[in-house]
Amino acid sequence: MRVVLAEDLFLLRDGLVRLLEAHDFEIAAAVESGPELARALAELEPDVAVVDVRLPPTHTDEGLQCALAARRARPGLPVLVLSQHVEQLYARELLADGTGGVGYLLKDRVFDAAQFVDAVHRVAAGGTAMDPQVIQQLLTRRAAADQPLGRLTPRELEVLDLMAQGRSNAAIAGQLVVTERAIAKHTSNIFAKLDLEVSDDDNRRVLAVLAYLDQGR
Amino acid sequence: MSIETQHSGARGDGLTWARTSGLAAVRGLGLALVALPGAILCFVLSLVSIALIPIGVGIVTTPWVLTGVRAFADWRRVVAAEWGEVRIPSAYRPLPANANPWGRTFGMLADPATWRDLRWLPVDMTAGFLTALLPAVLLIYPVEGLALAAGLWRAFPDGYWYAFVPVTGQASAFGAGALGLVFLLLFRLLPAPVLRAHFRLTRALLAPSQGELAERVRVLTETRQDAVDTSAAELRRIERDLHDGAQARLVAMGMDLGTIELLLDKDPQKAKELLAQARKSSVDALAELRDLVRGIHPPVLAERGLGDAVRALALRLPLPAEVTVELPGRADAPVESAAYFAVSEVLTNAVKHADAERLWIDLHHKDGTLRISVTDDGKGGAVIGAGSGLAGVERRLGTFDGVLAVSSPAGGPTMVTMEIPCALS
Repeated sequence: MRVVLAEDLFLLRDGLVRLLEAHDFEIAAAVESGPELARALAELEPDVAVVDVRLPPTHTDEGLQCALAARRARPGLPVLVLSQHVEQLYARELLADGTGGVGYLLKDRVFDAAQFVDAVHRVAAGGTAMDPQVIQQLLTRRAAADQPLGRLTPRELEVLDLMAQGRSNAAIAGQLVVTERAIAKHTSNIFAKLDLEVSDDDNRRVLAVLAYLDQGR
Repeated sequence: MSIETQHSGARGDGLTWARTSGLAAVRGLGLALVALPGAILCFVLSLVSIALIPIGVGIVTTPWVLTGVRAFADWRRVVAAEWGEVRIPSAYRPLPANANPWGRTFGMLADPATWRDLRWLPVDMTAGFLTALLPAVLLIYPVEGLALAAGLWRAFPDGYWYAFVPVTGQASAFGAGALGLVFLLLFRLLPAPVLRAHFRLTRALLAPSQGELAERVRVLTETRQDAVDTSAAELRRIERDLHDGAQARLVAMGMDLGTIELLLDKDPQKAKELLAQARKSSVDALAELRDLVRGIHPPVLAERGLGDAVRALALRLPLPAEVTVELPGRADAPVESAAYFAVSEVLTNAVKHADAERLWIDLHHKDGTLRISVTDDGKGGAVIGAGSGLAGVERRLGTFDGVLAVSSPAGGPTMVTMEIPCALS
């Protein structure tokens, strides 16, 4: 699987390259600025891009803008955005086109190599990887204004949280140490209580949940 | 060749004075014709409106009238700058756009600039009017004298006074013509200086006095002291947070790593446990640094500017908030930062104390001023005072000559308005 990587700090770029290569990714390009990233995304056609939000030359949200522009040019291009801080505002912009293949994680998540690599694979396959912090913010806010969320049991909230992060039933079952069937039951309960349309497709399911959590503001 | 050049040069000079004096006469005439009715209207309306304050009508009309007076004075400032190259500083105190009529009226009446305007108007309609008119008179009067000499005197069979010359026949008419030529000489020299004198007169009456400048210096000294104190306190807080937080965690991590090195062969199981602990320390240190950075300069503010930073802030609130942003550019970083933290404080206040269900935040930039309003549908009763975060907001804005106004009747709604004079880039 070919990856384009954009990160301006040498130490982090080097670390990410080593981490990804150790997990059998092929680094098509490891760049350090916005214009280089735009060129690499257009010319190299990677399977997935791992992009830092803040890049030279402006050191603003250059990386995010490049990723959004590349996805406009090539809808569904898998992009995993990394940042020192996560903002719902940016998460919403990344999710806006509703096509999936999007990830948005704190840089800290790299510490857990297995989970990070899983997230890259998930995004490359057209899935979603949202940072737990984004989901927590969404849940807190939604819970304050929303009756249906109050009807969920604590266990169901836990499942909803993991589901919104983009995990599959199998992954959620593994994390909560229960059977996949139990999770499937929880998910159908959640969908019934939130009045959402049930979908067998993992990705569509995640996007529906995220849209639900993000609405009404 | 050289002679020709000299000739055209001399003719050029001749044209120059004619053009300069003519222009001054035309401008002065126009100015006098507009300024006289303008000054009388402004003066009369102001007096009537202020006199009507005791019966209430004046409270509503005075802000409008005084705004009109300021517009008139500002127009004269522009004219003085463009026609006479006389710069007249303007020093009106800013008023919050959403203050009630009562606040606006007394805010304007408390401003010494208002009374300066009112002192200037009577002078402007007399001495100001005459000095503006004089250049045109100096053009018309010689023409009249020459016309009398050319035969116009016959139209006045009973005699006619031209200045101090009684015109009764052709001889005295020639005298009037000669006097007209003298006036024409004056016209060659006087109009431009006279018009400039008019502008200087306007400046003498409209420019802020030494006393006001001293007052301004006092306010600046005070707000600067506040700013220095605030930033010193901020630095101390940051130092303490770093010292007790991230720094301590990195030390702990370093110690854990040293121990792990020792245990790696002896007790791999224990080493693994410590590794997990070290990783947790690093995650915690990062989280603390992130919070600290957010308190110093929020990353979204650096990346996207004030509008999106406030949007991101609103998304973190536990209540639904509607954000409207109309900013065609970005303000200077210190202004953006002050505005951001002011909004953040006001929002925190609203969430904590107002019992609100909904918030509205509006940011826009107009007439060189950044205006921010935060409205909630809560229970009202907010005041600027000791202990309410609003006093801190007022101080923070004061550094940038910004002002804060709070309208919060018991029962709500509360509307907090902030204004900071600034340019956008």
